[in-house]
Amino acid sequence: MLKKAALTSLWFLFLTFPLLAIRVNTIEHLVEWRWKNMIYVGIGSFVLSLLWQYLLARQASARGPGEGGGSPMRSLYRRILDDRRVRYPLLAACGVFALAFPFLFPSYQTSILTTALLYIVLGLGLNIVVGLAGLLNLGYIAFAAVGAYAYALLNVHFGLGFWAALPIGALLAALFGILLGFPVLRLRGDYLAIVTLGFGEIIRLVLENWNDFSFGPSGISNIPRPGLLGVELNLQQATSYTYYLMIALCLLTILVVNRLQDSRIGRAWIALREDELACEAMGVDKTMAKLTAFALGATWAGMAGVVLAAKTTFINPASFTFLESAMILSIVVLGGMGSIPGVILGALLLMLLPEYLRVFQDYRMLLFGATMVLMMVFRPQGMVPAIRRSYQYRRDEP
Amino acid sequence: MKRFLHRSSSSLIFSGFLILLLLASLAGCAGEEGKSPAGGEKKEAAAANDIRIGVAGAHSGDLASYGLPTVKAAELVVKDINAKGGILGRQVKLLVEDDACKPEMAANTAAKLVSAKVHAVIGHICSGATKAAIGIYKDAGIVAITPSATNPELTQSGRYPNFFRTIAPDDAQAKMQVDFALNRLNARRIAVLHDKGDYGKGLAEFAKKFVEASGAAEVVLFEGVTPGAVDYSAVVQKIRGANADAVIYGGYHPEASSIVMQMRKKGMKTAFLSDDGVKDTTFIKVAGPYAEGVYATGPRDTSSNPIAIAANEAHKKAYGSEPGAFFLNAYAATQALLNAIEKAGSTDYEKVRQALRSQEVETPLGTIHFDVKGEAVGVGFAMYQVKNGVYTEVE
Amino acid sequence: MEYFLELFVGGLTRGSIYALIALGYTMVYGIIELINFAHGEIYMIGAFTALIVASVLTLSGFSGVSVLILAAVFAVVYASAYGFTVEKIAYKPLRQAPRLSPLISAIGMSIFLQNYVLLAQTSDFLPFPNLLPQFDFLAPYAAVIGSTELFIIATTAVVMVLLTVLIKFTRMGKAMRATAQDRTMAMLTGVNVNRVISNTFILGSALAALGGVLIASHTGRINFYIGFLAGIKAFTAAVLGGIGSIPGAVLGGLLLGWTESFATGYVSSDYEDVFAFLLLVLVLIFRPAGLLGRTPTGKV
Repeated sequence: MLKKAALTSLWFLFLTFPLLAIRVNTIEHLVEWRWKNMIYVGIGSFVLSLLWQYLLARQASARGPGEGGGSPMRSLYRRILDDRRVRYPLLAACGVFALAFPFLFPSYQTSILTTALLYIVLGLGLNIVVGLAGLLNLGYIAFAAVGAYAYALLNVHFGLGFWAALPIGALLAALFGILLGFPVLRLRGDYLAIVTLGFGEIIRLVLENWNDFSFGPSGISNIPRPGLLGVELNLQQATSYTYYLMIALCLLTILVVNRLQDSRIGRAWIALREDELACEAMGVDKTMAKLTAFALGATWAGMAGVVLAAKTTFINPASFTFLESAMILSIVVLGGMGSIPGVILGALLLMLLPEYLRVFQDYRMLLFGATMVLMMVFRPQGMVPAIRRSYQYRRDEP
Repeated sequence: MKRFLHRSSSSLIFSGFLILLLLASLAGCAGEEGKSPAGGEKKEAAAANDIRIGVAGAHSGDLASYGLPTVKAAELVVKDINAKGGILGRQVKLLVEDDACKPEMAANTAAKLVSAKVHAVIGHICSGATKAAIGIYKDAGIVAITPSATNPELTQSGRYPNFFRTIAPDDAQAKMQVDFALNRLNARRIAVLHDKGDYGKGLAEFAKKFVEASGAAEVVLFEGVTPGAVDYSAVVQKIRGANADAVIYGGYHPEASSIVMQMRKKGMKTAFLSDDGVKDTTFIKVAGPYAEGVYATGPRDTSSNPIAIAANEAHKKAYGSEPGAFFLNAYAATQALLNAIEKAGSTDYEKVRQALRSQEVETPLGTIHFDVKGEAVGVGFAMYQVKNGVYTEVE
Repeated sequence: MEYFLELFVGGLTRGSIYALIALGYTMVYGIIELINFAHGEIYMIGAFTALIVASVLTLSGFSGVSVLILAAVFAVVYASAYGFTVEKIAYKPLRQAPRLSPLISAIGMSIFLQNYVLLAQTSDFLPFPNLLPQFDFLAPYAAVIGSTELFIIATTAVVMVLLTVLIKFTRMGKAMRATAQDRTMAMLTGVNVNRVISNTFILGSALAALGGVLIASHTGRINFYIGFLAGIKAFTAAVLGGIGSIPGAVLGGLLLGWTESFATGYVSSDYEDVFAFLLLVLVLIFRPAGLLGRTPTGKV
């Protein structure tokens, strides 16, 4: 094991030598040699290699000779959440904390938490499409763009307020969802992913270039914040108001998704995800299921988009790139596909950690990428895996 | 019990890590904001004397090279001033925040700076981000000076009395380019290009408007190029096909250098005019011999301005490299801001605004003050041409 | 007519680069059915390595063709090494996992590599010296085709031929085809599947690095982000031609290059990318397996 680590260390020294040890500035015609980095790489890779081997071995042995017929060991979180005595007090505590938050912390923190809540809604929406129905959508943020631009443009041209725009934005996004769904009905897996990526990019590019319609890259500014029956709110109050709004939206989303999961359409989605052919054979209407998945998923994104526009009061196409879609996808996958608490946890972590760990600012994206890889290798089921409803028939022991 | 521990130990480790992280961050941010009264007072006392200036811009991501030089400029000016005793006897402290040129991050950054009770802000860098943040600063009564957000709406709408900038707005630059092309170069067929970005496209649209308004020339082409694309030969062919005798390009130097290179390689002698995103020594270094003859607008007279020379020297000494984009603009912005605070005798919003408008300050861009809309007066700018590998002002 | 020719050559040049990168995507997909999002970053790393080596050599006094050869060699070697390592870390442990996991892993790897280069080097655009030889005989045709274009097209053509020879006539090529067809059977017939997969990554990365060196010389500048855009385009090309099919990748690359070139030339350059993606979407809708791909038949 040590030998392997040593070899790995040497390999990484070789690998990273040009990029880390030499810094080139062809503008100034300078070459800078940084030998110190090599020492870091050498030691670091040695240690990491040992860790890696250890963890992989542990994983292999844990999977080992099969778990037998029983239900898989539930993760610690699940056990906590399912225990009535813990769950309700915990939820109550969270609820009180959430409601009191704007009064305890400065409005900047509230703003950040609102963004996190937005991503929770987005994550839950994508969860419907990816987690429940198994349809990989790499262009999800485009639906949010639809909602955001719907509000902005309606406001600019017709003076529509936030509350009027919210349902319109949601509806429009749902429409786009169906529009996307139709052509891809026949596609599976990776091809579906690619087409959705293409769609997402097309929408963004059209927004960027069709100046007459969308004001192009300069975006639309001065979008009004959500109004409270015509009362004038200053910045702090507006921030808190938006925050409570988002909490309400979040709760609504959680409720709806929860209900959907156990409903007929929800089961159809899960069946779709598991095995499309069997699904069809059992008489599930694949077309309806797929289209509703896309449409419903898009609706939440649309609503989130409207709130996003209202919150930042300025939108432009640069906020709706592939990176955002990838982040939402990571939230769903890292949190645990199909699992609501997982997605919530994922969104909170992914949005809040970078804000609070600003000391690591430079390395933020680096850590993000690394986390994605590591999570997939070591804990692909996500942080809070979704539980499959299983029925156990106990056989009495003779 | 042992089995329990083994199976879920990964969850345990993970949860433990999470809890630690959460505790650490909570402790960190609680401390930062000074919630507790006792700690708060102490912090307030120490901080009360400092003049806090926020520096907001793109410090990460692909536009970082446009935001980082501003931080360096602010640092250099502040270091100088603090060494001389600060402003009004108070030390100046910089709070640097990143917005990655994204509007929602910019709004969060603005909220953060407002919470941290900064007295003024230098930033943001991108027009989009500035638009998202400026309302927040206005509501909080904080002045913002930007070295690079050139969108005209920011000053012309009149909505942002707290907004100032030390760079010429897009329409002024475009006018200068168009006038030069029409009158000095006698161009009659002009191709207008842009990089589809906020800055470049805005400039290009003004250029197109001015050309058409003049009636003296025709816009034969109005196109955007994708930044970072693999090759621009198609657009270059189009320019040639349209028989353009001048190209006006709105955008930054990476694309400009590619387009110029391809044009010259194909033997096209078309004049190439661009903006101050291209009037940068980096452009010359990247484009090499192909940069020869390229025109670009830029702040006037900086090469012989003693403050500019000193600023560049200081940058080289402190950071070991030539300053990057908007460095001098940011240097001027910082100087103007601190000078206004000093002349106003306090950090009061109204007084600082008045001071910015009435007091002149010596900067690398010249002697400037600001007009009632927030534009910098005295930031002359001129047309430059690359001659022998150096940008020289065209008479 | 000259206009058309210029656009044609421009498209051919672009298409060749896309083809080089697309080959990597397609080969990897054919073997392990994974969309290697990190592939664009390998291309970028190849370009950066070439830049670093070229700068060091130039400052040490070398010049001319030797710089090109050495830079290219180093770029290829290092890119292959990176490709190999990425596979071992991010994809190998996930071979048995459901389809989504390696995809996320790939996206994560892509982000990681981008920022790794950003932090290790700089966020600025760095000028890349033109290492490619200049051919004087092309001077009168400078409008239509330049030396770099010719070099790129020629190199791509040569590489295609060599690759086809490799796949068709060597043992390794046979092993690759076998593994792509049916991995379990290949294992049963004694093919070292792990090594084949590694070799596929190495080969794909080498080609991407070559593309990186060529295009960097052509456009004259690189930065840490170029992998992303080129990657998406090349990926589009691979899918267009039929992912998993090597001639498909080439066809897709060229087709994409021409589409972009002609769309820009005759319509507008604003929507250049939109055309590319639209083409992709349309092809996938009407011919899901791509142009040269085999329509997957599913067994019920």
